[in-house]
Parts: sequence; C-alpha cells; structure tokens
Amino acid sequence: MSAGAIGALLAPLIEPGFFAAEDVHIAIAVGAIVAIVSGTVGVFTVIRSQSFAGEALGDLNTTGGSAALLAGVGPLWGFVAAGLVAASVMELIGIQRPRGRDLATGIVLGAGLGLAALLLYLDTTLHNTTGATATILFGSVFTFSSTLIPLVALLGVAALTIVAALYRPLLLSSVSAEMAAARGIQVRLLGSAYLLALALAVALASITIGTILSTALLVGPAATALRLTKRPGVAILLAGAIGIAAMWLGELLAYDSFYWPPAGTGWPVSFFVVTLIFIGYLLSGAPELARRRSRGA
Amino acid sequence: MVTAWEVASIVAVVAGLVGFFVVLRGSAFVAHAVPNGSFAGAAGAFLLGVNTLLGLGAFSLLGALGIGVLGRRGRHDVVTALALVMMLGLGALFLNLTVEYSSEVYSLLFGEVLGISSNELAPTVALALVCVAAIALLYRPLLLSSVLPEVGEARGVRSFRMELCFLTVVALASTMTVPVVGTLLIFSLMIGAPAAARSLTDRPLVALGLSVAIALITVWSAIAASYITNYPVGFFVGSISAGAYALGRGWAAWHRRAATPLPSLT
Amino acid sequence: MDAKEILSVEGISVRLSGREILHEVSFAIRPGEFTGLIGSNGAGKTTLLRVILGLQSANAGRVLLDGRPRSHRNPLIGYVPQKFLLDPDMPLRARDLVGLGIDAHRFGIPRPSRARRALIDQMLEAVDALSFADTRVGLLSGGEQQRVLIAHALIARPKLLLLDEPLANLDLRAGHEVVALLARIASEQQIAVLISAHEMNALLPAMDRIVYIAGGRAASGTTAEVVRADVLSELYGSHVDVLNVHGRVLVVAGAGDDADLHGHEAALPGVEIVS
Repeated sequence: MSAGAIGALLAPLIEPGFFAAEDVHIAIAVGAIVAIVSGTVGVFTVIRSQSFAGEALGDLNTTGGSAALLAGVGPLWGFVAAGLVAASVMELIGIQRPRGRDLATGIVLGAGLGLAALLLYLDTTLHNTTGATATILFGSVFTFSSTLIPLVALLGVAALTIVAALYRPLLLSSVSAEMAAARGIQVRLLGSAYLLALALAVALASITIGTILSTALLVGPAATALRLTKRPGVAILLAGAIGIAAMWLGELLAYDSFYWPPAGTGWPVSFFVVTLIFIGYLLSGAPELARRRSRGA
Repeated sequence: MVTAWEVASIVAVVAGLVGFFVVLRGSAFVAHAVPNGSFAGAAGAFLLGVNTLLGLGAFSLLGALGIGVLGRRGRHDVVTALALVMMLGLGALFLNLTVEYSSEVYSLLFGEVLGISSNELAPTVALALVCVAAIALLYRPLLLSSVLPEVGEARGVRSFRMELCFLTVVALASTMTVPVVGTLLIFSLMIGAPAAARSLTDRPLVALGLSVAIALITVWSAIAASYITNYPVGFFVGSISAGAYALGRGWAAWHRRAATPLPSLT
Repeated sequence: MDAKEILSVEGISVRLSGREILHEVSFAIRPGEFTGLIGSNGAGKTTLLRVILGLQSANAGRVLLDGRPRSHRNPLIGYVPQKFLLDPDMPLRARDLVGLGIDAHRFGIPRPSRARRALIDQMLEAVDALSFADTRVGLLSGGEQQRVLIAHALIARPKLLLLDEPLANLDLRAGHEVVALLARIASEQQIAVLISAHEMNALLPAMDRIVYIAGGRAASGTTAEVVRADVLSELYGSHVDVLNVHGRVLVVAGAGDDADLHGHEAALPGVEIVS
C-alpha cells in the first residue's frame, strides 16, 4: 500500500493540522515519556497491590498543585514536592498489614485533600484564577510549553533508573517480603525507594491527564499487561506500549473532538485516555472469560 | 443555616454507621472510589438538567456494583482504581460539555454544606433512614461475613451477596452525603471516626455508637470552624478526621503498653 | 445407610481444572465419633470438607446430613476454618465472636439478655476460654483464637463439628490440648467431630475412625483396619510400609522387598511392622 493510500484511509480519522501543530508535537513527546514511566512503575504497583497508594499520591498532587499555583510556580513542581512529602508520611506511618496500611493511606489522603480544598479556595479568592481547579484535576496536555520536555525526561529517567537499578530485589520483595528479607534484602529501604519512583511517576502522569485521573495511566496498562503475560519484563514493555497507544490515540481523538458537537469546545484528553485504558483492561479479561466458559460447560 | 446543621448531623450519623463496616472490611479504597463515581452522576445530571440527587444515586450504584462484579474476576484494588477513574473521566467530560466548569467542580468535589436548601432535607432524610435500616438489618450477618467469611459461608451467609449489599449501602450513603461534604472528602468522615472508635473500645456495638458520636463531633466542629473562618468545611473535616484517627491510635498504643506487662526474660 | 449416621458421604467425585481431586469417596460418621481425615497436603482434604459444607459442588455422589441431602444453610454443622488470624484492631471481644455463633444469620441487632450471656459463658468455659473472654480476638494467640472459634461453632448446637487442619499452626502442647478438648466434647455432647490433618499421630489417642485420603481416593474404618501396609499400598497405588514405633505410626514409601525390612527389624527394638 502506498503512503498516499494509507493517508487517504486515515484522513477521516485525523483532522487537518494534527501533525503540523507545535503543541501536538509536545503533547506526543511528553505523552510517550509519561506512558513509559507510568507503565514501568505501574507493573510493580499492581504486583504489590498498592493501587490505593498510587491513587492517594495522585489525589495529593492536587494539594501540591494548588500550593504551587498559590506560590506562582508551575504545577509540576508542586506535584513532585507533594508526592515526596506524601510518600515520606506514608513511609513514616509505615504499617505493614494491607488493611491498616490502606486505612492510614486514606486518612493521609483525607487530610491532604482537605488542605487542597483550602488552597484551591485561596487560589480562587486571592488570585482570581478560574479554571485552576480543572487544570490541576484533569490535566491540560495541549497547553505545555516545549521547556517541559527536558524536565519531564529528567524526572522520567530518574524514576526508571531507580526501578532498573533495584529490579531484581524489588521484584522478589514485591512477590514475598518474607523471602526477600530472608535473603538479607532491606525490605523497608526498598519500599522507600519504590515509593520515591512512584511519587515521580504519579507526578508525571498528573500533568498529562490530571491528578485525580493519574491512576489510570499508572495502573491500567500495567494491570492489562499482567493479564496478558506472566513475565514481568514483558509486562513492563507491554504496559509502556499500551500506555503510549492510549495517550496518542486519546490526544488524537481530543484534537478531532474540536469539530464534534458542541463545536469549538473539544472533549478532554483525559477522558479519552481513561476510557481507552478502561476498555483495554476489560478486553484483556475476555480470553480468560472465554476459557472459563468453554471449560465449565 | 439551621438546615445545614440538621443535614450535616444526618450525614454524620450515616457516615459513622456505614464507616464502621468500611473499616471492618478494610474497604477504605472502595469508600473513596464510590463517592467519586457519583461525581460523574452529578455532573451528568447538571448537564441534562435533572435532579442532582438522581444523578448521584445512579452513578454511585453503578460504580459500587461495578466494583463488586468486576472485583470477582480481577484484582480488587486495580478494579476499584479503574472504575473510579473511569467515572471521574466521565465526570470530566460532562462538566466540559457544560458552560460553567470550575465552580461546579469545586462544590461537587469539596462540598457546599452552607448551600443546602430546605427542599433537599426531605430526600436526604429518606435516604438516611434507608441506610440506617439496612445497617440495622444486616448487622449480624454482615459482621460475621466481614470477620470470618468462610464460617459465614458455611452458615448460609453468602459473602458475595453481603458484599453487594454492603456496596449498595455505601452507594446510598455517598448519594446523600456528597452534597454536604463533597465527593473527595466524604470518605474521610467514613473512615476517620470509626478508626478512632475501634481504638477506644473492644465491643462492636459500642464501637458503632462511638463511631457515630465522633462523626457528629467532627462535622459540628467543621461547620463551626468554617462559619468562623470562611474556609471550606472539607478542610476541617479532613483535618479533624485525621486528628481523631491519630488520637485513637495514640490512646490504643498507650493503653496497650500500660496494660500488658513486659515479657519476662526467664 | 444406617439411620443413626449423622454424616454420610457417598461416592463423591470432584474435578477441578481438569484434574480429578476426589474419586468416589465414601464414608459415614456416627454421633459422638471422633474421626480424623488424614492425607498429605494437596491430597484433597480441604476439597472434601468444602463439599460437605456445600461450598464446593461435586461432579458425582451426594452428601447426607442426618439422613437428608444437605441444604444451603447448615445448622447441623459447626465449622472452624484453617486460616483465621484476626485483625488486632477489630473491635470484637472473644465473647462477642462466640455470641455471633448463636444467630449470625438472623437479621437485626442481638438483644442483650441474661440467658444469652449465660449461654456464652457456658461455652467459653467448655473450651477453657473464660480467662480471656473480654480480650479482643485479634490480640489472642493462635491457639486461643482457635478455642474461641470452636466455642463459636459449638454454641449453635451442631451435630457435626468440622475443623480444617486445626493442628497446623499449633505447637505440640497446644495441639494435644485441642485434641483432648475435642475428644471430650465429642463424647460428652455426642457431637461427631471430623478433623483434617496431614499427620495422624497427634490424633491417634482420640480417633475412633480414620478416613485416609491419598491420590483422591479414600479408605475409611478404624485405625487398625485402615492403617496397614496392604490397605494403604492399594490406596497409594505403590508399595507402602507402615511402621509402629512405640505407639507412633510412620507411613513410609516402601523401598526394598520384605526380606530386607525384616532383616532390619532386629536392629531396631520396639519397631513392629504392621502388615
């Protein structure tokens, strides 16, 4: 098939100007980096059953973002700072049993969100910045400046380095903390390092699709990948791929939606990305369901 | 203003009762996820011009039951997370399609207790009565199923059915409490008070009662503080709940150290 | 089928994930009998217990409780599960958990009454748990929690008490105490007790019957009838020897022929081969 024919087939899908627009280029670049980092860290998050911690960090980024806005700084710094603080607090409370851990996470989350409520209130009354809430909560991929790319890349590399360096002990301790401890692995220290990587990944996900939706990018592709393969290395690659696909397709659809009703507004990128990830997860459950049906007959 | 106190008190009672089981079952994440799901419902209702409570209720139930059904197959925490963000994503879409964005978002997420009108009192009370009745009715089987699910199964208390009932009650509780405290913070009330209560007593019924009492104190203090400082109620709810939890744990730790003698070295 | 039997398992077969876990398992228990369900890990004991409880459906066969096919709710069966380490923060005292045993399936909140409290105290005393009746269940040791769970199961006046590997996490002394307690309950209250275990020696003093499971098949009878080399060899499908060492039984995979073992007999005093 010639390039012209492919172009003709895809034309209805891609609205004019998509590939030419500068902000689209930035969105695509940032989206890819974030998807890879989120997917990688996300695989460990799912294995360790720490989706709630990831969700809590995302929500707490709201607090950081609103504080950053109040201080007149870019939200990403707020996200990273909030993530680090929250991760440290969670470590300090340091409860090992999952139930107690979830409870403590919830309490910290509640307190943090309460603070976010206060900060956003101050934002809107003092600075009169409308739309602050929406930007922080739901992201704004198409408003990035190109200076963001190196920053995102730096944070992304930092998170990936942590995971790569600690890959094997992290994997073992995620599967069984007891077995890891028996081999002399410092399980708690490892947990802290993982939380650091998690904080960075969540901060990155937050700027693309928003703080309260960031979990989708963190956990969705990873969980989907883990359903399709048992090997962690393959899962990481797959999670990154799924994340990139969801981000790019989501960005494309959001761009196209500018021309959909109601005209001129466009649907949010985060909506598309989250929906695509959700559908992907559901579809990945289909083969298992089919297997059970055929066997149980 | 009087209405705010009444509604908030009712909300606190329900949150305390439902929250007791949330904490018992270790369902903190679910209690966070379901109200957030209702956010989309409220946004959708706003878009369609329908009564907010209807939208809240529909999406709460949808989210809750979705978590229950999907949670059977997939990992529970992943399913909860994905259901949550899917709902929030829909909420983002609905809000985006309306003209006013930011102020609506804020009040849906963080609550607007001082903005409760008197004609919202009746449906709130009705929903509250349903929740309280459900908890009273399900108390024993739910308690057994939460503590010893296998033994419950052996006695005819089906775990899945109890899970669905429990999720439905959480959905109903979310529906009536969200307009007051907001989707992001209702769960703070639902876990802080019961967590504190169970540190203070060994008896389940007493813990249930204390849970309600602490929730009431939390809400009343939050409203008073908000009235004085003009800061959002949600801020105080989150902080006071965290404070109650911390105090509870401190008390329990101190009590345990005082009560149990140190193990002898012989 | 003997009308006096409280439990009758007839030809139960279970297939899971393509593997046959249980194959035509049959046995019966009378009231007051102490029965050990013995088999190594993975032999199918838990599956069998779950079938009896109605938590697992069988591909073939049936289970009769007191002469009738089992229904969903089992007022006749008291069950103590294998894993139950309870959350230390749970606001439930030992007596509350036992109290739940009376009527957990009923709707509504229990009304406190003197009769109810007396019954709970009586049960706690029967399992020697009065000393920690008011302590949070989550703070009790494994053995203490287990006694509370036994009381919880007993308070509903079951005719059959089922325990899944109760000795697994107990030390030797606690294990002996539980066995003695259960034997006493069985004879005093004429309750049939069925205990699963992977090692039969702790149960030997109390066992009236044994159901030995290997490879999904079962042999049942008294210890003398079942724990023999010929019976167990047929069950395992390969040569097996049973050694009796000072009253303790060892089942070993047979290696050489009989001549070899008899030769060793003289070298190990007090060892007697049960064939």
